[in-house]
Amino acid sequence: MSNNSSFISIQNVSKSFGSVAAVSDVSMEIGGGEFFSLLGPSGCGKTTLLRMLAGFETPTSGEIVIDGQSMSAVPPHQRPVNMVFQNYAIFPHLNIHDNIAYGMRKERLPQAELDKKVEEMLEMIKLPGYGKRRSHELSGGERQRVALARALIKRPKVLLLDEPLGALDKQLREQMQMELRALQRSVGITFVFVTHDQEEALTMSDRIAVMSKGRTLQIDSPTELYEKPITREVAAFIGTMNFFDGRVVSVDNDQIIVDAGALGIVKGIKDTTNFGVGEMAQIAVRPEKFSLSIGAPNGVGNFIEGNMISTAYLGERSYFHIAVNGIDQPIAVSAQNSASADINIRDHKGQVWLGWPDAAVVLLKQDASHSQAQ
Amino acid sequence: MSMSYINRPNRPLHVYALLYLAFLYVPVLFLPLFSFNDSIFIAFPLKEFTFKWYEVMFNNEPMLAALANSVKVGVVTSIVATFLGIFAAKAVTRYRMPGRGPVVAFIMLPLVIPGIIFGVSLLILLSELGVRLSLYTVTLGHIIVCVPFAMVTMIPRFEGFDASIEEASSDLGENMWWTFWRVTFPVVFPGIIASFLLCFTISFDEFIIAFFLSGTEPTLPIYMWSQLRFPDKLPGVLALGSIILMVSFVVVFAAHWIRNRGMPYKRVGGV
Ligand SMILES: Nc1ncnc2c1ncn2[C@@H]1O[C@H](COP(=O)(O)OP(=O)(O)O)[C@@H](O)[C@H]1O
Ligand SMILES: [Mg+2]
Repeated sequence: MSNNSSFISIQNVSKSFGSVAAVSDVSMEIGGGEFFSLLGPSGCGKTTLLRMLAGFETPTSGEIVIDGQSMSAVPPHQRPVNMVFQNYAIFPHLNIHDNIAYGMRKERLPQAELDKKVEEMLEMIKLPGYGKRRSHELSGGERQRVALARALIKRPKVLLLDEPLGALDKQLREQMQMELRALQRSVGITFVFVTHDQEEALTMSDRIAVMSKGRTLQIDSPTELYEKPITREVAAFIGTMNFFDGRVVSVDNDQIIVDAGALGIVKGIKDTTNFGVGEMAQIAVRPEKFSLSIGAPNGVGNFIEGNMISTAYLGERSYFHIAVNGIDQPIAVSAQNSASADINIRDHKGQVWLGWPDAAVVLLKQDASHSQAQ
Repeated sequence: MSMSYINRPNRPLHVYALLYLAFLYVPVLFLPLFSFNDSIFIAFPLKEFTFKWYEVMFNNEPMLAALANSVKVGVVTSIVATFLGIFAAKAVTRYRMPGRGPVVAFIMLPLVIPGIIFGVSLLILLSELGVRLSLYTVTLGHIIVCVPFAMVTMIPRFEGFDASIEEASSDLGENMWWTFWRVTFPVVFPGIIASFLLCFTISFDEFIIAFFLSGTEPTLPIYMWSQLRFPDKLPGVLALGSIILMVSFVVVFAAHWIRNRGMPYKRVGGV
């Protein structure tokens, strides 16, 4: 499939149910062959957006274009998309073979050829010989794969997946994440994948649209979202983030200097966000960007003294909370538990030193929702 | 290890169940028994074994006509009531219509109105409208009585029916009609059969409404009732009764089998 930069174009799409605005003025471009995720908390409008792509809901306003064709007047059964439903929606009255073959009626294939195609799909989803079974004889993970095969046999241009792994237990879910990603690479179909699990979105996607209350907050690659969130909401939703208030003291070509009170003077790297001198800014730092030491670090750099108030051992990494005088919230810090790591620090109570590189600092605009929240 | 009283065998309950079944079925079994008895009196001791009454029955033209009437009324009633029941059940379970509660209550009303009230009111209405009584009027009455039963039979089918499978069908390229034919219909099919059989049975042995609304052509229950005055006609009625009893058993078991089997499914290539 061509790597068309805009295979699906969603243009200012809104959808209201009565007085509930489920999706508000959403625009995005999804490339051909891309693994694209819609990520957001429950009720933020992900399913509604996906159902508009499938044609089960009509946008209240705005337009959806797929492969250069406007979808406004195209009913679901004529769209070049297929969907894997949240509950899989396997036909209960048909066996697995007939479920997978369901969408092939119009192809009018000879029975033998159809059977061969279905058997190929069953092999692809690693359920060979399951054709005669009924859906109630399958486990959740197996049903999910049947739903996938039933959609993929049609060779759609776009596959829509609505939290397809939500009902699976953790181990199976992680395995299916890998399989799904590998499958998507091998078939080259555009996947639009809905999830409320940020870890899942980060590990699987080429790009992610973070949604909240019917709007998109940021559309970016997983690394960009994690390293350079553009709003506090995105920063807080993806992973853990420490926030500090500050005031911009100077701005030059490549640096922004912020006075962060108890945290001291913080230097942030200047990117696309513009700040004026005197403006309030949010300083955001990921827990793993801090370094911890028991003795005062020597040499230059940013560091601050604090008091270790709790530690949590989580296998491969440990989490610490450090209280700093003059900062309301304890600072969250995490560190890898490698063999060479300082074991002492895990059992340490009392005074510690926190350090961070300038590159760890993300500067965010002070947004309205934050000043209300805190 | 002592068992909890919940799953301990309960002897009084077994005895009760046996008595109950006997009470239910022994009177019914007298019907075939006396239909083979060579005497016009329904009394013990039994006389010779005979097929005579079956012969009499097959030569009894008016009775066969009444049977035919009942079958006609029953078939039309069950088809129409089931058809209406399908759409009523679908509407009630799928769409959030305003005023849904009252509408459902209104459709269900014939379930609780005594047949006699219903029969008389329909009779008054029809005569006011100047409609001549006939098998059509009986059928009309039976349809009204049967729709709630059809609906009650179909509703669980639609409630247990996940609407997303219809969406899945449309997603896989089928239009509304094909989706109905390939998904909705086969999934609710056992309900349709059950409703059809239930409505047929209700109509077939319904007496009161038929009594008020039939014209010159009696249905079977009306005919049988009219024959009870003539003792020599009774054994013929018993013979017919026995046949109906047997057919009912076959039908009930068939219905049960269809339901347990789920529903017939076709291979996709052969659709
Ligand atoms: N058919 C509907 N009728 C009324 N409200 C709906 C309907 N579908 C969704 N909503 C509302 O729209 C909002 C977004 O829902 P949804 O798209 O399902 O969210 P998500 O999939 O992100 O959890 C919710 O507030 C939900 O209650
Ligand atoms: Mg959803």
